[in-house]
Amino acid sequence: MTPLLSVKGITKRYGAHIGCADVSFDLYPGEVMGIVGESGSGKSTLLNCMAGHLVPDAGQVVFDTRVAGPTDTVTMSEPERRMLSRTDWAFVHQHARDGLRMGVSAGGNVGERLMAVGERHYGDIRGKAADWLERVEIDAGRIDDRPTTFSGGMQQRLQIARNLVTGPRLVFMDEPTGGLDVSVQARLLDLVRGLVRDMGLSAIIVTHDLAVVRLLADRLMVMKSGHVIEAGLTDQVLDDPQHAYSQLLVSSVLQV
Amino acid sequence: MTDQAYNFAYLDEQTKRMIRRAILKGLAIPGYQVPFASREMPMPYGWGTGGVQVSAAVLTPDDTFKVIDQGADDTTNAVSIRTFFERTAGVATTTATADASVIQTRHRIPEDQLSEEQILVYQVPIPEPLRFLEPRESETRKMHSLEEYGLMHVKLYEDISCHGHIATSYAYPVRVEGRYVMDPSPIPKFDNPKMADMAAIQLFGAGREQRIYALPPYTKVVSLDFEDHPFEASKADHPCGMCGAEDSYLDELIVDDTGGRMFVCSDTDYCEARQAAGHKGKDAA
Amino acid sequence: MIDLKNVSKTFTLHNQGSAVIEVLNNVSFSVAAGECVALTGNSGAGKSTLMRMIYGNYLTQAGEIRIGGVDLVQAEPRDVIALRREVLGYVSQFLRVVPRVSTLDVVAEPLRVVGESAQDAQARAETLLEQLNIPQRLWSLSPTTFSGGEQQRVNIARGFAHTYPAMLLDEPTASLDATNREVVLSLIEEAKARGAAIIGIFHDEAARARVCDREIDVRTFTPGMVA
Repeated sequence: MTPLLSVKGITKRYGAHIGCADVSFDLYPGEVMGIVGESGSGKSTLLNCMAGHLVPDAGQVVFDTRVAGPTDTVTMSEPERRMLSRTDWAFVHQHARDGLRMGVSAGGNVGERLMAVGERHYGDIRGKAADWLERVEIDAGRIDDRPTTFSGGMQQRLQIARNLVTGPRLVFMDEPTGGLDVSVQARLLDLVRGLVRDMGLSAIIVTHDLAVVRLLADRLMVMKSGHVIEAGLTDQVLDDPQHAYSQLLVSSVLQV
Repeated sequence: MTDQAYNFAYLDEQTKRMIRRAILKGLAIPGYQVPFASREMPMPYGWGTGGVQVSAAVLTPDDTFKVIDQGADDTTNAVSIRTFFERTAGVATTTATADASVIQTRHRIPEDQLSEEQILVYQVPIPEPLRFLEPRESETRKMHSLEEYGLMHVKLYEDISCHGHIATSYAYPVRVEGRYVMDPSPIPKFDNPKMADMAAIQLFGAGREQRIYALPPYTKVVSLDFEDHPFEASKADHPCGMCGAEDSYLDELIVDDTGGRMFVCSDTDYCEARQAAGHKGKDAA
Repeated sequence: MIDLKNVSKTFTLHNQGSAVIEVLNNVSFSVAAGECVALTGNSGAGKSTLMRMIYGNYLTQAGEIRIGGVDLVQAEPRDVIALRREVLGYVSQFLRVVPRVSTLDVVAEPLRVVGESAQDAQARAETLLEQLNIPQRLWSLSPTTFSGGEQQRVNIARGFAHTYPAMLLDEPTASLDATNREVVLSLIEEAKARGAAIIGIFHDEAARARVCDREIDVRTFTPGMVA
């Protein structure tokens, strides 16, 4: 089986400071991988390198494209990479306002990716937008409302709808539940889990919330100071961490 | 008579050369916004400094110059620009569309069909059609270079979802030769079809924004739309009150304080020519 | 079906003076299809640890744990996940679910992930919940708000939804009344009858005697705790 994403030796430096160093792993179709670590551990740098938002200093991010099979996205042309990020990839930002157009209605936000890939039938676009709003549990009656009138949880769900409407195969998520109430988090997590299962999505989720990865991720990578210090099955890493830092991380979580 | 203190058409030859190079580049890449070093002009931004610089760069002593502002030859803006070039270039001026070789315009395209002998210069306030949805210039440039124009349709989508139809009625975005999306300056969308396959050269100058773009003769220009909401070149549904024309773009005039109004051609030259030929509207004296 | 060979486990507590605790040493045994084996030994002997190792939840330092031919100790995470999805079931003592998922969906999920239709999965879930006497009015609610006994039964229903060829049962009859205990025991007997290899921890001696074919005393593998 060909990995959907094959990350090889990704390194990113900020001057003398290491963002992330020599990270490698394979992600297979349908797999969800969590990346945890404290602030500054390099997890967001890594995510941005993989998603094409940052150019790594070394390494490859090989994605199994529909057209040409496995292709290094770091060296592919920018138009190709941007096309990928509109079609096969999705990126869910921590802050919904980074991932949404706040001045555009919910329907327009969801429809943008469709129009970006060439859909030109207003009725169809609107129909699909309404369908996706329902799928992320937003009343389709709010299709013409702007996201500024939505709650934080709704904005985050709208961001997910906007990203998934073109049927991507890989979703990058940066702290998707950060800043949300616990009750809202649970709803979002359940939604994401259902979508991952029903659409057969692969996902890479960066978070510092161990409960989030336990619920969503099949596999886990623990990062510290730019390095991956431990990786494995999510429940194995959380329940039987081997590295000193992972043990500290797991034991630091307050039990409710 | 010419004000001898100024170079021909006010700008120095080096500056005109620089602007001509930008114009040529614009003609070579239809619809592409070419940056240029816009000069301070003896008039405020917003009064057509971009158009004036383009006109200055293309005028020759043999040209006949016409200026229209919203279709009219006799508004302050049109009169002052016409006078400016009378004084600094000494060129002949006219109000007759057919007699002009260079026409500078603000917000209209003349009703009469233009010929290969003519140049139409548009004054442009905001050259970037994506500006209102994506304020980052770095990003819009990238979107142009990569032909990522989905966002333009988002604006039209918003129009329909809000108003039930595409409510954008001026500065209606167009796609040029299947490549660049272009802001046609704030002309009414009624004028959009005239841009397509026009025999005259069309030049667009944005002074404050320092951009020039162009359409060479007979360029394909398509107004953006949806399959189920096609583009419509709309106008007020009346004949002209003065000349009776049914095919021209109309201005609405309020004529008293009891709600009386009349519709007249916005293109004053067109209207006067028709009246001279004996056409009469219902409000004509 | 389940084969352990020279399996050892130590915990290294890096943040507590790097204390190294040897938990299990040199564990070897096999469980055949249709067989149920009980792990015995007093608290702290390592029964639950061994169970978790067999599930891949705890990392095994040495040896081999083969389930249906796959060595869990060496397997890639995705192979372990596939094994857990298709082959290896685990009924733990605790129910861990997303708070707002309905009980019916919680029970049906293992079937959904192996590709059964929503209808079939739901039908099976309904049957199990009925068998385990979970009142129908609770089915649409999240089990997180249920009593301990109810949660335990939901957990069992979920564990028995898919017909796993290998199963691990951690105290399946704890905190159950006589009626429900009987249901669980018959579920185990059914699983055995269809050929599942089962490893269980039962404090309930009568239950152990009824369903288990053999007992393995974990203390024999525990360093410093010779039986």
